Amino acid sequence: MNPTLHGARLGLERGLREFRHSLGSEDQVFNVVIAISFVTVLWFQRDSDVEAAGVTLAALTLPSMLGMSVAFGGLVGPAGQLSVNREDGTLLRAKAVPNGMVGYLVGRTTQTSLDIVFGLLVVLVPGLFLVNVLADAGAGGLLALLAVLALGMLSTLPWGAVAGSISRSPGSAMGITMLPMMGITAISGIFYPITALPGWLQAVAQVFPVYWTGHGARAALLPDSAAAAEIGGSWRILEMVGVLGVWAVVGFLLAPTILRRMARRESGAEMEQRRQAALQRVR
Amino acid sequence: MVIEVRDLRMRYGTTDVLHGVDFDAGPGEVVALLGPNGAGKTTTIEILEGFRLPSDGRVRVLGVDPATGDEAWRAKLGVVLQSWRDHGRWRVRELLHHLGRYYTPYSTPHQPRPFDTDELIDTVGLTEHADKKVSKLSGGQRRRLDVAIGIVGKPELLFLDEPTAGFDPHARRDFHDLVHRLSDLEGMTILLTTHDLAEAEKLADRILVLAGGRIIADGSPDQLSRQVEGKSEIRWTQGGQRHVHTADDATAFVRDLFRQHETGISELEVRRSTLEDTYMALVQRHESGQAKEEVAVL
Repeated sequence: MNPTLHGARLGLERGLREFRHSLGSEDQVFNVVIAISFVTVLWFQRDSDVEAAGVTLAALTLPSMLGMSVAFGGLVGPAGQLSVNREDGTLLRAKAVPNGMVGYLVGRTTQTSLDIVFGLLVVLVPGLFLVNVLADAGAGGLLALLAVLALGMLSTLPWGAVAGSISRSPGSAMGITMLPMMGITAISGIFYPITALPGWLQAVAQVFPVYWTGHGARAALLPDSAAAAEIGGSWRILEMVGVLGVWAVVGFLLAPTILRRMARRESGAEMEQRRQAALQRVR
Repeated sequence: MVIEVRDLRMRYGTTDVLHGVDFDAGPGEVVALLGPNGAGKTTTIEILEGFRLPSDGRVRVLGVDPATGDEAWRAKLGVVLQSWRDHGRWRVRELLHHLGRYYTPYSTPHQPRPFDTDELIDTVGLTEHADKKVSKLSGGQRRRLDVAIGIVGKPELLFLDEPTAGFDPHARRDFHDLVHRLSDLEGMTILLTTHDLAEAEKLADRILVLAGGRIIADGSPDQLSRQVEGKSEIRWTQGGQRHVHTADDATAFVRDLFRQHETGISELEVRRSTLEDTYMALVQRHESGQAKEEVAVL
């Protein structure tokens, strides 16, 4: 029995268990709120046509939401979990057990992936009742969507891990991921075509993954005519793969070193210090 | 030697926390690292666990430098830290079973690993809470689960950092029994930290007193109390007046006293210093700086 492989297998089991724990917990309040607010947005957009694209605004927004959810979940999810796990001692426990770190990382990745997929379903299933974007996309479109979402996840996951490693507390981990992410989402053409924004904002948005995961999801599901509402009036698949690819490659080059450094520094005394700091905050 | 520490030094910024700590622990020994808060107990134990890199010195745990210890080395250690709050959503049996299986690849015919989950839950007295969520356990139950996780891989060496902090007397008693059982039946070497002298005396074969970043005494509870045997306190009344005297050799002093005053001595009291007196005296002497360089080796 290869111990590392054994640890990875236990990590997979760990991720499944933690996902199941999370399904029955207050975590799901967040998903319910998201589902309700997204469906509300789609409801108001269902009859407004985007003339250039020849589809309703809701039909543009639903794929965009899927793209955004992946980028959001990939960054904010691991950042939050990692910072919480550093504070409550889960990470140190993993360090104290043989191959525990392998198990922890595989477990975290498994759980985050399942969280994201679940988050997508929470948006997609109610959304389909309002705009059936899947009907016209066909099997090819669905496969393309999965590929885009997978790439979107790879481009954000390592950065989420980095954010969770460098932050001092769960609060600051949320601060350095959630706030920028909301700003970026606002300018990334998720809830309204990006072409309505000033040119310099469009340029800024195209540096970050959110615009491209949204763009890719639209390209996968919508008819070619809808490309008219995009920047340049066409689907830019190569550019999408390029930008998301760079984020993914740089992220995966950087994350292991930063994760290792963080894990090496983790000790009971550090944890106790953070615990004391957390108690002070509450008072 | 299971643990070998030579001239261990630790410095945070410009503050020296450990100034050259030396000690050994042999197989099956239960060693208590005793000292006031801030003496460097946790720092020492974390260096041995491989969680912290020392500034200087030579450390060997099971023959390996903890800084370079691999997973097979890690599998032979058990670690119980001061505070865990992890895995609150897991159930007791689920968590113990999951963590135990990380040790399966390191099982040998001579040393089968890990412990059977239900047996272990029974050993630490959590059977009726086995299906509870970890977050729903009381402080003492949580601590017993921490100990169970620490020993689930049948370690050769177990580290316990302030294991009974927050225990009620009954839980403390149970815990002491558990430690005795582990060292007697499983032959585990145990290094524990505590600031409770009575606990150290009850559990340990050997007590190391750590104060101000140095080991200021090293010996069995018996040896430690004998170290200041000479210092006894003699009280008596003579002619209505109460006298107190501290002497190295109480017997000789009293013999002398009676030779000088054949009558008139009453209410004679001779009190030998207890281990607690010894400990307080050692720590106090050290903290007031009188014993900066003095190390009592017994």
